[in-house]
Amino acid sequence: MGLGRDHEMHKRRFSRNLGLGLVLGGFVALIFGLTIAKVTNEEFSVPNSEKIERTE
Amino acid sequence: MSDASLHASESGTGEAGFGDYFALLKPRVMSLVVFTAFVGLLAAPVPVHPVVGFAAILFIAVGGGASGALNMWWDADIDRVMKRTQSRPIPAGKVSEGEAFGFGITLAVMSVIMLALAANLMAAAILAFTIFFYVVIYSMWLKRWTPQNIVIGGAAGAFPPMIGWAVATGGISVESVLMFALIFMWTPPHFWALALFMKSDYENAGVPMLTVTHGRKSTRKHILVYTLLLVPVALAVGVTSIGGPIYMAVAVLLNLAFLKGAWDIWRRDEEAAQSDQYRTEKRVFALSLLYLFGHFLAILAEAMLGRFGLGGW
Repeated sequence: MGLGRDHEMHKRRFSRNLGLGLVLGGFVALIFGLTIAKVTNEEFSVPNSEKIERTE
Repeated sequence: MSDASLHASESGTGEAGFGDYFALLKPRVMSLVVFTAFVGLLAAPVPVHPVVGFAAILFIAVGGGASGALNMWWDADIDRVMKRTQSRPIPAGKVSEGEAFGFGITLAVMSVIMLALAANLMAAAILAFTIFFYVVIYSMWLKRWTPQNIVIGGAAGAFPPMIGWAVATGGISVESVLMFALIFMWTPPHFWALALFMKSDYENAGVPMLTVTHGRKSTRKHILVYTLLLVPVALAVGVTSIGGPIYMAVAVLLNLAFLKGAWDIWRRDEEAAQSDQYRTEKRVFALSLLYLFGHFLAILAEAMLGRFGLGGW
């Protein structure tokens, strides 16, 4: 089988792999968005233990 | 990956596509979960960041879907017997029972953890309890044991607005309990109206349904009694902070119509129902869908108007 040719299985599983790839990509984007939303929130504060470490 | 998995015919199951895994999540049930959780979240008095709200609703939906997948795993034997469910991914041979279990349990654990991280522990705890309730209490225990299965099992579908509310407030209050009670009390008359006109083969599958165990006359009486119990719950929502004149007007109209429908069902006998092909039962079932949608839409309308200083009492 040449390097450029797909196995029949790859064609068969294309929709599943594409769907899973999009879901994982979406999940990463969502976690990124959540992180930004949480750290830019006015109520967000650095935990006390980290503050102590920074001052030392 | 074994050589066998390269060939669908040798893998023991058909080749599952992305859609088959999605079908395991019971997308139609998920739409009700998303809508009611969304209303619960927006009706709460505490504003939520849109990204946090979106993520929370998504994780609630995934948690609901996970319980659907676990339900299909547990009920695979029943699904193979009943015509209505034979095309589901497991009976159709697309997904194996083990795959469905793994898929469901992974999504269940992930959704609860992610909701705890995105929102708070209370919302995650209620979601975890909802999944437990639907899979263990309803699917494994009540469904094949008692004809009241739909009454108690309906609680699983009633939790989403409480979770939405908890995402915003971090707690439980009278409003969120009443939203729960509204769906909880609505489920039996809604489902039994369907059971009266749907030719179902639950009996062959060994599932005790009220229409079979107690007869159709008794089911008609049950619909009326549960509708009578539903009305005060629906009206009580209207006098809380999430209610208002719009909600009350919608609730009064819908409850009068639903009561009339339940009364009509109770007065009919089987002969009359068969002669017009269950027209009244079908009408009441359609009305029940409008009933729930209308109530939650009215709560949403009050919440939206509240942002502009309108709505509410």
